[in-house]
Amino acid sequence: MVAKSKNVEERKPVIIVDDVHVTYKVFASGLRASRRNAGGGLLSKKMELREIRAVKGISFIIYEGESIGIIGSNGSGKSSLMTAMSGLTPISGGAIYATARPNLLGVGAVLLPAISGEKNILLGGLAMGYTKPEITAKVDDITAFAGLQDFVGLPMRTYSQGMSARLRFAIAAAKDHEILIIDEALAVGDQEFRNRSEARMREMRENAGTVFLVSHSMKSILDTCTRVIWIEKGELRMDGEPKKVVAAYNKFVGSTTID
Amino acid sequence: MSIEEYALANGLKKVGAKDPLLKYVKEAIARVDFAYTMASYSNEAVNAKSRLGSWWNILLPTIQAATYGLIFGIILGATRPDNYLPFLFTGVFFFSYVQGSFTSGASAIISRVGLVRSLAFPRVLLPLSVVITQTLQFFPQLLVLGVILVGVQHTINFGWLMMIPLVALLFLFNFGLATIMARITVHVQDLNKLVPFITRLLFYSSGVFFSVEKIMSSHSIYAQIIRANPIFQFLNLARGYLVEGYTVTPDMWISVTIWSVGIAIVGLIFFWDAEELYGREE
Repeated sequence: MVAKSKNVEERKPVIIVDDVHVTYKVFASGLRASRRNAGGGLLSKKMELREIRAVKGISFIIYEGESIGIIGSNGSGKSSLMTAMSGLTPISGGAIYATARPNLLGVGAVLLPAISGEKNILLGGLAMGYTKPEITAKVDDITAFAGLQDFVGLPMRTYSQGMSARLRFAIAAAKDHEILIIDEALAVGDQEFRNRSEARMREMRENAGTVFLVSHSMKSILDTCTRVIWIEKGELRMDGEPKKVVAAYNKFVGSTTID
Repeated sequence: MSIEEYALANGLKKVGAKDPLLKYVKEAIARVDFAYTMASYSNEAVNAKSRLGSWWNILLPTIQAATYGLIFGIILGATRPDNYLPFLFTGVFFFSYVQGSFTSGASAIISRVGLVRSLAFPRVLLPLSVVITQTLQFFPQLLVLGVILVGVQHTINFGWLMMIPLVALLFLFNFGLATIMARITVHVQDLNKLVPFITRLLFYSSGVFFSVEKIMSSHSIYAQIIRANPIFQFLNLARGYLVEGYTVTPDMWISVTIWSVGIAIVGLIFFWDAEELYGREE
């Protein structure tokens, strides 16, 4: 069940995450697993099936106009929850409701590496539902946003990781998504790019879009988010005002700086 | 009020649930530009790697047909089909269009998982786009085939125009094959390893290089299997118009039309049914 606060009825919900569980079933391998099953041949392969409970019953309601920071240690289940919210990871329990399918923008996302950045912009735009003239008109803006004016004609495989991450973010940010999840994508850019993308995130939020930012940088979280959710070991540890949650998290990890 | 009622009352939908088929198809049609652009770019990307570039498009099937011509021409000896070279070239060129769609359809989703994960669009555009890529490669091949046919037969006639509806139907057929393979390989990735053997099997059972009447009794079970093979029917129909000494009957058109439309619809529904699974981590 989701705990409802007093003014729930007045605000319009955008996403409801109701007691969500994510469990991965993986075949354990490696020394410890194989030693236990010594003697197994190809056909009598006994592998150890292990269940990993990445998310264990998380609930929250996100309302219109909020911008949410997701924080937590490595392996806390942040990314599992985010991929589940975008529909890419099956959930093993609970339910997720949303006004639109949340778009997940992660560092792992790839377009077509063999073709130029410019053509990737066109392709990405068409996939997001722009018409050809619409996206053609936006190419220069997107290139400038990514700061890739000198490289846009080169194949994307020649780009550095930072460059292609910037381009992917610029493409995804060219459209006003109803719900956008950004997983660590900003960590790769330089300061100038970070400022630009944070400004764009605020702009999207003002256009009634909902933005989730998964980050280890408490500075970008505090700069862009109106609400912070802290996840630890697959459970919701704290949910509320950015300053309070970040302060509690910093105390937990023993850090005194905010970056 | 339960959470579900509260969600539905506020216009929220369950994440991951797919659109109804009709809405899905409409959405896909609205973004067909994406499939086409993707197709032409991937074509370009493939060709950019080799020195002869897009010339390989027409060189490969020509070399292939010449090789088969040499080998099977010798093996078959007197049982060679009539008008052997045009027969063989038509068979090889049309078959390679089907084979290319089948093979690239099998990896349409699994080789583009990154794209599927990063952007939301109807996934059927990916198998559609690989079939468009194959079609864009097939057009110059058809031209080369025309040149070869004129070179050997010294004639050209209006019947050749019937290639337009034929290729349109073959496009539908290939789209159906590609969507079916695209979904199956998502469930069983290992199947991709078997694809070369399946296409071999199709190659030998489609009468690409031999004439059914000449090498087996027409009532044998093998002859019946080959005649029931829609790819064989397509090749036969193409030969009826392009190769001298072969003819067309109306029932051939009826049969390939039913096959094409049928498999395209079945493929689309089969693919759409698993829409929310594509891009998922197992």
